[in-house]
Amino acid sequence: MSQAFRNGDGGRIDRGKRLNFTFDGQNYDGFAGDTLASALLANGVRLVGRSFKYHRPRGIVGSGPEEPNALIQLGVGAHTEPNTRATQIALFDGLIGESQNAWPGVGFDVGAINNLVSKVIPSGFYYKTFMWPAAAWMFYEKFIRSAAGLGKAPSEPDPETYEKRTVWCDVLVVGGGPAGLAAARAAGASGARVILADEGSEFGGSLLSSRDRIEGREGADWAGDVIDDLAGMAEVRVLPRTTVASYHDHNYLVAVERVNDHLPLGERHGPRQRLWKIRAKQVVLATGAIERPLVFAENDRPGVMLAGAVRTYVNRYGARPGNRAVVFTNNDSAYRAALDAADGGISIAAIVDCRANPEGALVRLVRERGIEIVSGSVISGVRGAKQVSEVEVAALNDAGDDVVGARRSFDCDLVMMSGGWNPTVHLYSQSGGKLAWNQELATFVPATAAQKSREVGAVNGSFSLADALAEGTRAGAAAARDAGFEVEGEQVPACEAAPGDGVLSLLALWDVPCGRKGAKRFLDFQNDVTAADVALAHRENYSSVEHFKRYTTTGMGTDQGKTSNVNGLAIMAGLRGVDVPEVGHTTFRPFYTAVTVGALAGINSGPELLDPVRKTPMHNWHETHGAHFEDVGQWKRPYCYLRPGETVKQAVDREVLAARTSVAILDASTLGKIDIQGPDALELINRVYTNNFATLKVGQCRYGLMLKDDGMVFDDGVTARIGENRYLMSTTTGGAPNVLNWLEEWLQCEWRDLEAYCTSVTTHWAAIAIAGPNSRRLLAELTATDLSNEAFPFMSWQDGEIAGIPGRIFRISFSGETGFEVQVPASYALALWRALMTAGEKYSITPYGTEAMHVLRAEKGFIIAGQDTDGTTTPYDLGMGWIVSRKKGDFLGKRGLERPDTLREDRKQLVGLLTENPNEVIPEGAHISPAPDSAKPVPMEGWVTSSYYSPNCGRSIAMALLRRGNERIGETVALPLEDKVVRAKITKPVFFDEEGERLRG
Amino acid sequence: MLLIECPHCGPREQTEFTCGGEGHIVRPDPATATDAEWGHYLFMRKNPKGLHFERWFHAHGCRQWFHAARSTVTHEIFAIYGIDEPPPAIDPSKAGSQ
Repeated sequence: MSQAFRNGDGGRIDRGKRLNFTFDGQNYDGFAGDTLASALLANGVRLVGRSFKYHRPRGIVGSGPEEPNALIQLGVGAHTEPNTRATQIALFDGLIGESQNAWPGVGFDVGAINNLVSKVIPSGFYYKTFMWPAAAWMFYEKFIRSAAGLGKAPSEPDPETYEKRTVWCDVLVVGGGPAGLAAARAAGASGARVILADEGSEFGGSLLSSRDRIEGREGADWAGDVIDDLAGMAEVRVLPRTTVASYHDHNYLVAVERVNDHLPLGERHGPRQRLWKIRAKQVVLATGAIERPLVFAENDRPGVMLAGAVRTYVNRYGARPGNRAVVFTNNDSAYRAALDAADGGISIAAIVDCRANPEGALVRLVRERGIEIVSGSVISGVRGAKQVSEVEVAALNDAGDDVVGARRSFDCDLVMMSGGWNPTVHLYSQSGGKLAWNQELATFVPATAAQKSREVGAVNGSFSLADALAEGTRAGAAAARDAGFEVEGEQVPACEAAPGDGVLSLLALWDVPCGRKGAKRFLDFQNDVTAADVALAHRENYSSVEHFKRYTTTGMGTDQGKTSNVNGLAIMAGLRGVDVPEVGHTTFRPFYTAVTVGALAGINSGPELLDPVRKTPMHNWHETHGAHFEDVGQWKRPYCYLRPGETVKQAVDREVLAARTSVAILDASTLGKIDIQGPDALELINRVYTNNFATLKVGQCRYGLMLKDDGMVFDDGVTARIGENRYLMSTTTGGAPNVLNWLEEWLQCEWRDLEAYCTSVTTHWAAIAIAGPNSRRLLAELTATDLSNEAFPFMSWQDGEIAGIPGRIFRISFSGETGFEVQVPASYALALWRALMTAGEKYSITPYGTEAMHVLRAEKGFIIAGQDTDGTTTPYDLGMGWIVSRKKGDFLGKRGLERPDTLREDRKQLVGLLTENPNEVIPEGAHISPAPDSAKPVPMEGWVTSSYYSPNCGRSIAMALLRRGNERIGETVALPLEDKVVRAKITKPVFFDEEGERLRG
Repeated sequence: MLLIECPHCGPREQTEFTCGGEGHIVRPDPATATDAEWGHYLFMRKNPKGLHFERWFHAHGCRQWFHAARSTVTHEIFAIYGIDEPPPAIDPSKAGSQ
C-alpha cells in the first residue's frame, strides 16, 4: 500500500505532484516537497542503514544535517555520491538511493557478526590489536580497508560542472528561520547589501515544523511573505539550498549552493553546485539548534528518533514515523512534540520523564489531553530488532544513578526522545568565538564573539519564538548600522506566544541507567560509540577531550558529532567528577557539512586548470619528435627524445655522445631571465653575487653564484652586460620567481637608495643551446657574425641575426663543450629551431633533453643549485671558493661565510664518486656510511646528490656531499642500499676534460 | 583568509600576498658585527602572542613591500604602513598581547 503513513492533509507537501523513487531496489512514491527521509517514513520504511562498526540495523533519527544514520549512496554511475543524508535530500522524480555499509543487504548483513562479538572489539581495538608486529599490518590492512568505509566513490570522472563566485556584502545572514528572516528584513530595509542563505529548499527554519503564528499568519506563510519582501529589495540576495559551511578570518565565509541537486538529471541546467566565497562587513548567525538524543539502553533501534524530528515529519511533511509512540524526555520541549504528534495521528502511549515533578504550561496541556506521564522514570530497555516493538520503563532512584522497582512495558513502534538542545555554534566557533557553558540549558552557548558577528535566536540559547524575532530584528538593524547604513525604527514582528514556548526546565541526565550490564547505550550512532566506551577511555586515561574523542572516535563520522559531542563530553565529565566546561570541547572545524571536491575545484579542474602547464615555443615540435617530458616546476621539458625502439637510457647516451662528437641542441627557454636596468643596476648585481661584476664590460658575460645572507648557495646563472646600465641575469628554471622576489625585496626594503629596476623576461626570450665540436661551424652557416675565438671569445655575447632572425648570441656553455646559446624573441624560436635542425642535418644534429644536459654538466663537475646544494651548502663546500671575491666590499652572504659554523672543517663537501663496478649507477639520495654493517640506525656521513652513467667516460659517475670530503680524495666509501652495499672511490668532482680545453676551443 | 589593505591597491585577499615575517630587522654592519650579533640577525625572530609588526609583499598585485601591524591572536590588522616607516604606537593589550 502506497504511503500508508501519510496523513490525508496538512504539511507543506504537494499531494497533487506525485514523485517516483527507488530505495534499495524497491519502488516507492512521495510528493513534491518531501525529503527522501520523509518519503521513506511515509512509506513505512524504518530500516535505512547499518552502523559503521557493529553493523546494527539503524533507522532515521533526525530531520536535518544532524542525521547520523540515514546515509545514502545517491544516484548511480558517474553521478553517484556517497554519505548524503536522506533528511536533506530533496525528493525528485526518478531518484535512486541505496543504503550503505551493508552486505549483501540492509535486511541481512554479514558484517552484523561484529555486533555479536562486540565485547572483543571495544574502543581502541584497532590501535591495540593491529599495531604489532609492524609487518603484519600489510596483512591486516586489506581486511580492515574492505570492512571499513562508508559509501563508494564513483569510479568515473564527474560529468557535472561546478562554479565559484566571489561576493562582497554588508550583512550576511546565515539561517532562514524566524531570527534570520527578521534580521535579513531589518538589514535589507536599510538599503544595505544583504545575503540571506539557508541550507533548506524552503525558508522558514523551525517555522516549517511548528504551528506558531507571526503577525497574524501561519509562521511558514509569514516566512514566505518575508522572502517576497526581500526579493523586492534591490540589494538583497536570497540563496536557498545554500549551506554556509565555514567561517574564516576577517569575516570570510564559504557557502555551497546546491543549484541542481534537487532536480532530475534531465531537468538540470547550469552548474550542479556553486561555491560562494563571501566577504561580509557584518555577519548575523541564526543557525538554530540541534536536539540532543538521550543515552539509554538500546537507543539505536530503528524507530528511536529525536522528538523534534518527529514533530517536523508530522507538521511539515504530513508523514507519521510511527503509529504509537513513547516519549522519553528530560525537558519540556518534547511535550510540544508529543502534542503535535498526537494531533498528527500518532497515539502517545506515555511520556517518560526523568524529572520527578514535571510541570509547566506544556505539561499541563499534555495532562489535559489525558496522555499518561510517567515521571521520575526512564526507558531502561528497547526491544525490536529491525524496528521498535516495545519499551521497558523503570523508576529512577533518588540519586538518579540507577533504576529501582518494577519495570513497566509499553507497546510502541516509535520512541521520541529529547535530551535538550545544542545551539548550532559550529560557524560561530570556527570564527574564533568563545563558548560558555549554560547550566540551565546544559549546553555551550556563544559568549564572546571574535569577529564582526552577532548570534541570534536558538544558536544564542534563546529558544522562544518571541526572543528569536526580537534578537533577529535588532541584530539585523545593528549590523546594517555598523556597515554604514541608517535604520529607521526597526519593528519586531509580533507573534502569538505558544504556551511554554522556549521553556525547557531541563534536568540533565547524561548516562541513563538501565540496571543491566552489557546493554548498549549509544551516544554516537554513526561511529557506534557507547557510554561504556567513554568509561573505557576514562579507565585507560584517555580522559582529556582530544584524547577521548580520538580513542573512542566520538564525533569523527561524517556527521562530525552533531548529536553526540556534548553527550560524550558530559559523560566524561561525570566519570572524572568535574563540570562539563572543565572537560572542554573539541575544536569545531570547517566544514559544517561535507562539501564536494567538485564545488571546491569549481572550473579549476583537470591538469590544465588545476596547476597551469608552461610550455616553450618549441613544445609542439618536441612532442612530434619523440620527446619524453619531465616536469620542471610548472614547465614541461623534454627529458630525452626517443627514437623508435629506443630505451630512455639508449636515447640519453646517444644525445650525450652527440654533444661531445658533433653537435646537439637544447631548448633552454625555461631558464629564468631578469632584465635589470638603472644607474645602480651594477651595484645591485655586485651585492647579490659573490664575485666581482664591476669589471664586466658591455658585451661580456659572467657566471655568478648567489647566496642567502647566511652564506648558503641560493641560485646561480650567467649575467650579461647589455648596455651601460642594463644587464640580463639568468637564473635556474625553478629559481626564477624566487630570484626576482629576492632582488625586489632587497631593493625595496633594504637598499632603497639604489635605483635599479627588475623585470622578468623569461618568456619574452626563447633560448637554444648549441653544443659540440661542430657547433661553431653550424652556427656560422646561419649568421654573418664572426664566431671565431678572437672575434667572439668565451663568456661574451653579441647582437646578431641568425637564420634571418634578430637575436642575441652568447658564447657560454653548460655542457663543457664548445658552445653557443642563441636567444631570440619567443615567437621566432620555433623557426630558429627548425632552421638549426635543417642546417645541422649534415652533422647529424641531435636535439638533447634535460637528462643529457645533466650528464654533460656532471661530467664537467658543474653543479645544479638545488640539486647539489640544499640550503646548507656554502661555495666552499662546493669547492667553489674561487668565485667568492675577497676584494670587493659587502655582498649578501659575505659575513655569513665568516661564521664559525660555516668555517668548520668537518662540513660536508662536494666530491666525486667512482663506483668499483663501473656499470653500477648509484641511486641519487643514497647515503654514505662509515659502518654500513653496524646495527640500525646505521651512521651516515653524506649522500649522493647527482649520479649518472657517462657514455663519454664509459662508466658511472656521481657527486656527493661528504663529511670532510676534501681531505678524503682517494679513499673508498660504502653506500648501503636496500639489497647490497656499493663501494666507491672518492675523487675530485670532475670527470671529463678537467682543463676545459673543449669549452674554450 | 585575511583581507589586507594594500597601500597601493586597496583591500585584497590574502592569497595575493606573501608574508615576509618580522619587520624592522636591522642588518648590522657586517664589518663590525660580532658572530653573535650576526647570528641573531640571521636566525632569531620574535614569535609573539599578540601584536606583531611584520612585512608583506603584494606578490600577485603591485609587487610592492609594506608593513603591517597584526595580532597573531585575532588576526586583526591595526595598521598598514610604508616599508620605510617606523612602527606606529599601538596598545599591545588591544592585540591580545600578554
